[in-house]
Amino acid sequence: MVVLLGTPTEDASRLYAMTVTTGDPSWAGALAGVALDLPVYHVTEETVKADIAPADYDEHLALMAMAMDVDAIGEAVRSVREAGSSSPVAPPGG
Amino acid sequence: MLKGKKVIALGERDGIQAGAIAACARAAGAEVILEKTYCFV
Repeated sequence: MVVLLGTPTEDASRLYAMTVTTGDPSWAGALAGVALDLPVYHVTEETVKADIAPADYDEHLALMAMAMDVDAIGEAVRSVREAGSSSPVAPPGG
Repeated sequence: MLKGKKVIALGERDGIQAGAIAACARAAGAEVILEKTYCFV
C-alpha cells in the first residue's frame, strides 16, 4: 500500500506525511500517537512520476506542479518516509 | 512502483486534487482504495 499526496506546500506535505507515518504531529486528530508507518510519496516525486505516462501527467498534474516547489516538497516527504516510525512524535507536555 | 499496489490518494484543493492523483495511479496499474480532497479555507 502506498499513500500519494497532492499537497501544495512543503509544510503541508511534511504534516500529511508525518500523519500517515509516525502519527498526527499536531496531536489533534484521530491519528495522534498512531504510527501507521505507511510508505508516503508526493505525486510529483521523480520515483512516482516515472510510473505515470507523460500524457496522463500532463493532463492531470503538470499545471499544478508548475505552481509548486516540487524539489522542496519532495525532499520534505522523502525525509519523513526514510525516517519511518523510528522517531515518533511525543505528546504535548509529555 | 505503482503497478499492482493499493493507493490512498490524499489531495488538497489548493494543490493537486485526489481525483487527478487517482486517475494517474489507475492508469499506472494501481488500485485506488481511497481518494480524498481536503480543503483548509
